[in-house]
Amino acid sequence: MKIHEYQAKALLKKYGVPVPNGQVAFSVEEATAVAKQLGVGDKKVVVKAQIHAGGRGKGGGVKLAGTLDQAIAHSKAILGMTLITHQTGPQGQLVKRLLIEDGCNIQHEYYFGMVLDRETSRVTIMASTEGGMDIEEVAAKTPEKILKAQIHPATGVGDYQINQLFFDLGLPKSAAKDFRNVVLGCYNAYVQEDASLFEINPLVLTKEGGLLALDGKINFDDNAGFRHPEWAELRDMDEEEPTEIQAAKFELSYVKLDGNIGCLVNGAGLAMSTMDIIKHHGGEPANFLDVGGSASQEAVTEGFKIILSDPHVKGILVNIFGGIMKCDVIAAAVIAAAKQIQMTVPLVVRLEGTNVDLGKSMLNDSGLAIVSADDLNDAAQKIVKAIGA
Amino acid sequence: MSILVGKDTRLVVQGITGSAGSFHTRQCMAFGTNVVAGVTPGKGGQLFEEKVPIFHTVRDAVKETGANASMIFVPPKFAADAILEAADSGVSLVVVITEGIPILDMVKVKPVLDAKGVRMIGPNCPGIITPGEKCKIGIMPAQIHKPGRIGVISRSGTLTYEAVFQLTQLGIGQSTCIGIGGDPVIGTQFIDALALFEADPNTDGVIMIGEIGGNAEVKAAQFIKEKMTKPVAAFIAGKAAPPGRRMGHAGAIISGGNDTADAKIKILEAANIRVASTPSHMGVAMKEQLLERGLLR
Ligand SMILES: Nc1ncnc2c1ncn2[C@@H]1O[C@H](COP(=O)(O)OP(=O)(O)O)[C@@H](O)[C@H]1O
Ligand SMILES: [Mg+2]
Repeated sequence: MKIHEYQAKALLKKYGVPVPNGQVAFSVEEATAVAKQLGVGDKKVVVKAQIHAGGRGKGGGVKLAGTLDQAIAHSKAILGMTLITHQTGPQGQLVKRLLIEDGCNIQHEYYFGMVLDRETSRVTIMASTEGGMDIEEVAAKTPEKILKAQIHPATGVGDYQINQLFFDLGLPKSAAKDFRNVVLGCYNAYVQEDASLFEINPLVLTKEGGLLALDGKINFDDNAGFRHPEWAELRDMDEEEPTEIQAAKFELSYVKLDGNIGCLVNGAGLAMSTMDIIKHHGGEPANFLDVGGSASQEAVTEGFKIILSDPHVKGILVNIFGGIMKCDVIAAAVIAAAKQIQMTVPLVVRLEGTNVDLGKSMLNDSGLAIVSADDLNDAAQKIVKAIGA
Repeated sequence: MSILVGKDTRLVVQGITGSAGSFHTRQCMAFGTNVVAGVTPGKGGQLFEEKVPIFHTVRDAVKETGANASMIFVPPKFAADAILEAADSGVSLVVVITEGIPILDMVKVKPVLDAKGVRMIGPNCPGIITPGEKCKIGIMPAQIHKPGRIGVISRSGTLTYEAVFQLTQLGIGQSTCIGIGGDPVIGTQFIDALALFEADPNTDGVIMIGEIGGNAEVKAAQFIKEKMTKPVAAFIAGKAAPPGRRMGHAGAIISGGNDTADAKIKILEAANIRVASTPSHMGVAMKEQLLERGLLR
């Protein structure tokens, strides 16, 4: 789960990480009030679009204001705009919230992040003097510029690790205390809040010699949701695909894609492979959908509904490896679901597992326009042909 | 004896009385797995299916029955603790079926297992099966397997079944099949399983099924190139997956440039490993190599 910058900063502040003063605003009036309260005029404020995607600065979603009039003008311009960044995709994202915060005098922009390193299974700090830019680019072109510190879960961050990072980054003495607060605050927050990603890009050294987290991106580990009831309030449904929200309610794992062949599959790996083989035969998958191990009638019905809510879908491929579930049971579920929602697009079904022949004959005798396939390859060829791609 | 599990395996099931736990334990027993004990705190003293004794704790189960492997069906909230309990009770293998365990729970558990030398398979996996010795620890459909000499390793459940099914259809049996799990933190990696298969006199070749996210397949490519004499056929799922989106598995997400399916396939091919062009060709990619080496008549 992702949260907004202003929410991330509130969390960081709670853990002692220095962040600029500021507040969220949902309207130009609220933005005006926050700007006044921060003392705009005597100092600069920054108006920042709050969307989950990054790259807002380059897209025109971050603006500096020296006067109240400027702050109001920027707020009017940004609130309600459709912001397009390299992370939003070409359709962009509508801005419904702003963060108004103190502007600061930037001496240098650093990168500071935390992720799980899958190779070592350790939470890992990543820091770089090359802040502000896309860190992936730095990682690809100049990997030596990314400093890493792996944290053992039993000991937590060692003082020596803070030291190493501090000197390797070449930070001035004046920033020592702030840096310690950044590292410890971030690690504690990461662990206690069950994060899966932290990114402070940039972490800035100010002209005054201190550090400030100017941006904040935090992702949470969805698996830990059961011990974080407070996440419900942090969630912004406007940032999520409505179909994906609907799918999650039924414990289906759905990801919308750009193609026109819907896929309904049991198991994540098989679902990915089904997309792959559609593509291999010249088709374009409209989605990833894992209906889970059981492939019950309910799950299949809901899956069909979600797939068909995408107007681009011209045909559906169902691929169920029954295994322990018997194919006749799954065939019955598919037939009932197809009848219930009055399927109008071509439907190719590939079943495998126990009682496969019975399942296939049920599909053929159903009176529905269901084409049954012999294997995955056959199924992909048949659906691509059926939609005339 | 193939690898990790076989006729000497004595299984304890943690969470044996839950709905998934009891269903799959019955399936394992029907296949022939030697299930010697179950554990559900509060239900000690009862019998499962009128023959398997249930204990309050794993420690008691191990003491009374000599269990040497555990299968865990405990819900995500309590799963990390269940794994630690198993490791603390003297079993040498822990197979964690549970999906949805918080990642940071596993970050804490992993070094404890490593220090004790306890092998974990999973979490979020279908388990492990040695068809020729009638030992299945997990949720895979036993009937698609056939005893034989090919190892299968995979991050995905149903895609493993797909590969096994293809092999069986081609008349090629399996020595041991392992689902290593779809989470970012897992106990047994591709390279661990590959090393075991390489050393196993009853395995002639290995199918390795990877996917987007992480660099386990890259490490495996290096290992295969440098250390393996047996043929390996690979498949990487997720060619059509977009970057930055989690594809069902917690670990299946493209987060850099090197963890895409295309990048991994390129690295595998550069190490002279045969990669199946589609998920329908995993079995064939193995068969071809067995024929070339005269390992199949
Ligand atoms: N409070 C602030 N004061 C001064 N400059 C800022 C402030 N917040 C952001 N900036 C500048 O704007 C750039 C982009 O802002 P950031 O929050 O990183 O958004 P994004 O990463 O989405 O582009 C920063 O790199 C920094 O140079
Ligand atoms: Mg930024």
